[in-house]
Amino acid sequence: MRKGLSWFNVTSIALGFAFLYIPIVLLVIYSFNASRMVTVWAGFSTHWYWQLFQNQQLLDAAWVTLRVAFLTATVATVLGTLAAITLTRYGRFTGRTLFSGMVYAPLVMPEVITGLSLLLLFVAVDIDRGFWTITLAHITFTLCFVSVVVQSRLVTFDRSLEEAALDLGCTPFRTFFVITLPIILPAVISGWMLAFTLSLDDLVIASFTTGPGATTLPMRIYSQVRLGVTPEINAACTILIAIVTVVVIFVSIMTKRQEIERQKAERLAAAG
Amino acid sequence: MASKATGRWLVLAVPYLWLLALFLVPFLIVFKISLSQDAIAQPPYLPTFDLSEGWAAFKEAFAELSFENYGYVLSWDNEFIEAYGSSLWIAGISTILLLMVGYPIAYGMARAPKSIRPTLLMLVILPFWTSFLIRVYAWIGILSPEGLLNQLLFALGIIGRDTPLQILNTDTAVYIGIVYSYLPFMILPLYAALEKMDETLLEAAADLGCPPLAAFWKITWPLSLPGVFAGCLLCFIPAVGEFVIPDLLGGSDTLMIGKVLWTEFSVNRSWTVSSAVAVLLLLVLVIPIVFYQNLQAREVERR
Repeated sequence: MRKGLSWFNVTSIALGFAFLYIPIVLLVIYSFNASRMVTVWAGFSTHWYWQLFQNQQLLDAAWVTLRVAFLTATVATVLGTLAAITLTRYGRFTGRTLFSGMVYAPLVMPEVITGLSLLLLFVAVDIDRGFWTITLAHITFTLCFVSVVVQSRLVTFDRSLEEAALDLGCTPFRTFFVITLPIILPAVISGWMLAFTLSLDDLVIASFTTGPGATTLPMRIYSQVRLGVTPEINAACTILIAIVTVVVIFVSIMTKRQEIERQKAERLAAAG
Repeated sequence: MASKATGRWLVLAVPYLWLLALFLVPFLIVFKISLSQDAIAQPPYLPTFDLSEGWAAFKEAFAELSFENYGYVLSWDNEFIEAYGSSLWIAGISTILLLMVGYPIAYGMARAPKSIRPTLLMLVILPFWTSFLIRVYAWIGILSPEGLLNQLLFALGIIGRDTPLQILNTDTAVYIGIVYSYLPFMILPLYAALEKMDETLLEAAADLGCPPLAAFWKITWPLSLPGVFAGCLLCFIPAVGEFVIPDLLGGSDTLMIGKVLWTEFSVNRSWTVSSAVAVLLLLVLVIPIVFYQNLQAREVERR
């Protein structure tokens, strides 16, 4: 076994990526199909996109989804970051096992259980279900993902920087904003994005916790998908895929650039 | 410094209380409702605990709780036990398939030149960011009787026009859907474990005359086991409770507990039985979940 790729490695990577990407590519291609029949190609057309922008129900659902996702991501990022700090900086404390259990369990918890349990809570405390209950539910399960992402950054960074600031009389509060936060910022941003897309994506939990009046985009798409494949849904999916792809690539370039700048600064500091 | 202690306490208390109120308490409520009886009321179950009616009423309500729903769910006359079994079976087979598909990919990625590894990693993660629902939906157009796969096979002359492969609405489609949707969850932990491996171990084995395949089983595989466990648990646990994939790709005879729970809740409208189903599902999954948590916690502490 020598370093470098064997033909077996290359083949498995190529086949793996083909498997991952061909279905999505086909979906995008067929959103430009002129025919209503999804499986028969009848020439290029953007007809379905125009149709889409006249579908008021779908647009309303998209607007609800975006608002839920934005609020969710923002609150979940704050709570998830706090949870990550607790788990990486507080050492052992009473109730730690329970706390870390509650942070890790939602990552693998089947969605039907989370959805059902939150619905029953909302019924028990008797609050009107809709926009706010979906948001509360989404914050709860996404904050755990944020926490894991931020934790992975917190455990790898040089803690002596924080200690130095504290020794020099900086308050813990200031130390966090001046030292810690700038260093973990890329992780916090990816945590925010992860929470945003998870919320954007969720069907099951939203279906359980919603009430009359608040229908999210996945719920709308799901009810149409059950009736069969239509090019209009393909077009809606393509737009979502395009948005997510652009955002992910943009952020990864940003964090990479930031990383390079940081390394440059560190080299300068070391040289000076 | 009192304020320092307060601040420290707040950082802990806010997420702690949030998760207690919106993660732990809901489970206790599910457990309580699973011991209740269905009723035509708002909320649709009895008894409801109302502390304002005093301690005696509370005790009386407590006495009304029973394990009746569990008897109903666990009776052989109903399809629940079968659904638990078939969910575990489908999730288990899917996890094995995922490992078989994911391992060579993760292995290849870990062997790739360092310069292209971040790109490969991003290409694996990118589909995960696109909606789960969309990715499942994409397979309907491919697998349906008049779908793209059958058209391709027909064009190649492998099948006749009037004998399309029936894949959509079968268990096979569910396997394909699960493997496709969960693949990044399998590849990432495997890649993390394989990338850390010391290549010189394999060189040493080769120098000592060990054939590559034997070296793989004696060195690479054991060293990648933490990744294998993490990947398998990360896929297996949510797959057992999967709802969207069996609902959209599976057939009417595809029995999975997530779908049964959903039907029990939204069609049969029995909140108490669906709660009992959820509690039992959690009991089935509690061992793998605890195992997974320990793995996660150890991973964080070790670094």
